[in-house]
This record gives sequence, C-alpha cells and structure tokens, in this order.
Amino acid sequence: MKLRSAIFLASAAIALAALTLTGAPLLAADDKIDPVADAKAFQKFFRDKFPKVKFEDFVNGPYSMNEDLYRQWQDKEQFPPYEFSLEMGKEMFSKPFKNGKTYADCFPNGGIGIRQNYPYFDEKEGKVITLELALNRCREANGEPPFSYVKDEMAALTAYMAFTSRGKPMDIKIPNDPRALAAYENGKEYFYTRRGQLNFSCATCHVQSPGERIRAEILAPALGIVNAMPIYRSEWSGMGTTSRRFTTCNSQIRAVPLGPQDDEYRNVEYYLSYVSNGLPISGPGARP
Amino acid sequence: MRNLMQKSALVLALFAAGAVPALAAGSEDEFKAAYAAAEAANKEAGKLRNQWTTTANTLTAAKKAADAGDFDKATASAKEAEALAKASIFQATSEKTRWKDLEIR
Repeated sequence: MKLRSAIFLASAAIALAALTLTGAPLLAADDKIDPVADAKAFQKFFRDKFPKVKFEDFVNGPYSMNEDLYRQWQDKEQFPPYEFSLEMGKEMFSKPFKNGKTYADCFPNGGIGIRQNYPYFDEKEGKVITLELALNRCREANGEPPFSYVKDEMAALTAYMAFTSRGKPMDIKIPNDPRALAAYENGKEYFYTRRGQLNFSCATCHVQSPGERIRAEILAPALGIVNAMPIYRSEWSGMGTTSRRFTTCNSQIRAVPLGPQDDEYRNVEYYLSYVSNGLPISGPGARP
Repeated sequence: MRNLMQKSALVLALFAAGAVPALAAGSEDEFKAAYAAAEAANKEAGKLRNQWTTTANTLTAAKKAADAGDFDKATASAKEAEALAKASIFQATSEKTRWKDLEIR
C-alpha cells in the first residue's frame, strides 16, 4: 500500500513538473515582446486588406484609399497648403539663436535628412525622444523659450526637417534595452486601448475602419500615418504636429488629452513609427 | 462571455449616467456631497490617465447650477458626473487586458 502511494505521489509530482515545464515556455512565448514580428504582421494586415494599394502609397493616408481623393490631392500638390509653413521652417532653421548657434548644432548631420530616425530611444535617459521634443530641448539648451508643441513654429520646423528627408525610409531602432522594449510595448498598448466616452481606440478608426467614412472624412490607415507628419489640415485651417494629431484624436472621442509630450504619446509615436519602418517619409502632408 | 459582461456593465454605467438626473434632487449640502464624490471619482480616473471630457463638462455644469442657486439641478449634474467618472474608471480597468483582443498578430 505504501509502495502504491509512493508511486502515485511520484507520478503526480512528475506530471505536475512536466506541466510546469511545458506550460511556462508557452506562456513566456505568448507574452514575449517581439517588435520585428509585430511590424511584419502589421504591414501584412494592411497589404492584405488593401491589395490594390502600393506599399509606399500608404503614407498618403486617405488619398491612398480613394481614387477621386487621390486625383484631387495630386492637383492640390501643385500649390500645397503647407508651402508657407515649409518656407517659414526653412528660414527659422537657419536663423541663429541669440548665442550664435543654430538648430543644426543640436542634430546629427546638421539636422538635414534625419527625420526618418525619429523618435529614438535615448538609453541615457531611458525614454523616447521625439523630433518635437528634441527641437524644444535644443532651443532651451541655447537659451531660447520652447515653442508650443502642437502648431505654428513647431509645425514649421518639423515640416522643413521632414521635407529634407522625403523619400527616405522610416528607420526606427529599438535598442537591446528592456526599457526600450517596455516603451514600445506601452506605445502599442496605448494604440489599442479604448478610451473616452465614445469607447474608441486609435485602432478603432485606423486599423478596423481605414477607407471608411466618418462623417465627411475618409479614415487613414495606421500604416505610414506618422510618415506624413506634420500636416496641413483643412479642418484646422492650418498646420499641426504629431502631438496635435494625438491630442485632437483624444478630444474627438471625448477623452481628456494628455500633455503633448507625455510618455504615452511619445511611446505611441515610437510604436507607430517602428511598425511603419521601410515606408518613405512623405511629410509635410496635406489632409482634408 | 466575459466581454459581454464587461460590455453590459459599461452600458449599465452609461445608463446610470443618463438615469441619475431624473432621480436626483437636493439641498446645498446634498450638492456638496455629490460634487465631492464626483470630483473624487474623476481624480481616480485621472490617476488611471483616462478622464472623459464629458465628466469635466458635467462637473462644470453642476458648479454653474450651484452658483445660480439651483441645487436640484446642481446635484443631478454632480451625480451624473460621478457616474461618468465611474464608467471611465471601469473602462480603464477593463482595458488593461482587453486591448490585446484588438491587436494585429
């Protein structure tokens, strides 16, 4: 009897150990943060959903979803509405600060043709640094007051920097640092999380419904959506930065927007930019 | 099933938000208590980074009615704001795991 009990107990212990050993790796694999697999799945989803849209055309947002809009937009690009902002940005970029330095002194390659590398993860600080944030830090480091993150001067500067990078493929890196992976994952979580009284997530419009109309507008696909930033929006009657896009999206779904460069927005921009890697920078853009 | 229950709870919370004004009425003291409860719930939603603009607007409406001496209306608005804030807390809490249902894999 004792032997039987011992055999039974031993068998149960072995079975439990086997379950633990086989179960644990499965759970770990399921929870593993894998940006490369994410980006592959993300891009495949949009390619499959819109097989007629050329990959590089996804950066053109709603225009890539609708032929009539595409033609109208091409006509509009002859005299693009962001042109004044672009010229202002070019002038501002080269004008020295009071201390004689310029924006070029703050950025690699003098700030020219580098838009595709933003946002990046700063391993010293342990946080995501967006282009908008880097520009204001540059100003403050040179004794100048920061600009508003959402429009006007900031939109002009980022428009110029994007313009010098047009056509370059988005090239966001995620360093081998658990904090970078966490920032990426938090950005992904933010993107898919429903919020506001309307119970919408970013994905509700830009994954589930691109190409569909929401009132008079055609929703843009999430793939490549950041590549066109900053944008002139007819709805705004002016230019807006990525920060402006995030804060107004939140307001539209009746969620109180966060601060323009709060961690959540920086992380979601990091996520969205990473999954759009390989698509060309097309900013500044124009949207209805 | 779990999703259905969560949705039902959200619908109930939203229904409560609409239903409360018809039931609420009260004095200045009642208003103050209702307003404090709404503010506390909205603060909690803030900690979860998920406040709703409608909660803030309804709190403002409550304050405006109280300033005008209409405490029935003010209390009703404060209770509505509390229900909205609680719905936003429910949303933030349930989305901590539900967001994965939408993820492209």
